Amino acid sequence: MGERLVRPAVNPGGGQPPVAGSAAPREELANEAAIISRILAGERELFHDLIRPYERGLYLAAYSIVLNEADAEDIAQDAVIKAFKGLKNFRGEARFSTWLMAIALNEARSRWRKSSGVQMDFLSDGEDSGGDYTPAVLADWRYIPSQELERKELRQALREAIAKLSPEYREVLILRDVRGMSIAETAAATGVNEGLVKVRLFRARLAMQKLLAPTLGPKQRGFMGWLTRKAGGQ
Amino acid sequence: MTLDCKHVWSQVSEYIDGSVTAEMREAIERHLANCRHCSAVYDSTRNILVLVGDERTFEVPAGFGERLHGRLQAWMESADSRA
Repeated sequence: MGERLVRPAVNPGGGQPPVAGSAAPREELANEAAIISRILAGERELFHDLIRPYERGLYLAAYSIVLNEADAEDIAQDAVIKAFKGLKNFRGEARFSTWLMAIALNEARSRWRKSSGVQMDFLSDGEDSGGDYTPAVLADWRYIPSQELERKELRQALREAIAKLSPEYREVLILRDVRGMSIAETAAATGVNEGLVKVRLFRARLAMQKLLAPTLGPKQRGFMGWLTRKAGGQ
Repeated sequence: MTLDCKHVWSQVSEYIDGSVTAEMREAIERHLANCRHCSAVYDSTRNILVLVGDERTFEVPAGFGERLHGRLQAWMESADSRA
């Protein structure tokens, strides 16, 4: 992942190129389809290999909704079993990984609704119709290199900021900026259209900036200053 | 095209993704070159996203993969015994 801030911008997730609607390479899809055919024909052990590249993504997708490590792990396990049971229904219209991610997200939403006791309509854009979405305006910025993630306080600050976002904003931020999924894939996995993914992503990113930038990076205060103040109980 | 600060903020996410038009990109870059505040907004947003996207920020619990495949394997075997 790139460390330098270079314009023009690059995909911060470091994954696939940020081209909306990008399709999986034909060869990759054909290979995936061949493996799935073999699994359905009885070579079920291959399913372990099929899901291996997506394990972390499944966990993160679930975590983005439930914000609990044990629940996210359990949801990821349930999702792979559901995917195995339903593999014959996979049509190959999307990437297998997108389909798998959608299963995990649906499972996570279902559990989150049950545990929170709140009825949420994740497909509605009603909550996206208003609000003040402006960034924290700073005079300058001290770049924070990724090496500083060795400090647990910084990791904690990032996780706490994400936890303050609503679930539908968290999930697009995690899929796009942590997993590096394209806008089209994020839309397919979350079940909303690409326009709404872009709106949610924009708001999630600005909210993260607003939550974190004033304390982490201004040159006069900065992350080191923030750590010192935090250690001093200020 | 001339942009004010609010217009730049509204485009910052798509600019980060590289999905604005060439004309918009040039206008944003002209504005950023002359606006210290918007430049700090852009730099901070992008920096924070780089940190969020780093594998160290969200670590998978130790042994996660082994437990996942173990449970899947156990389920496959129990399905066999049920068949």
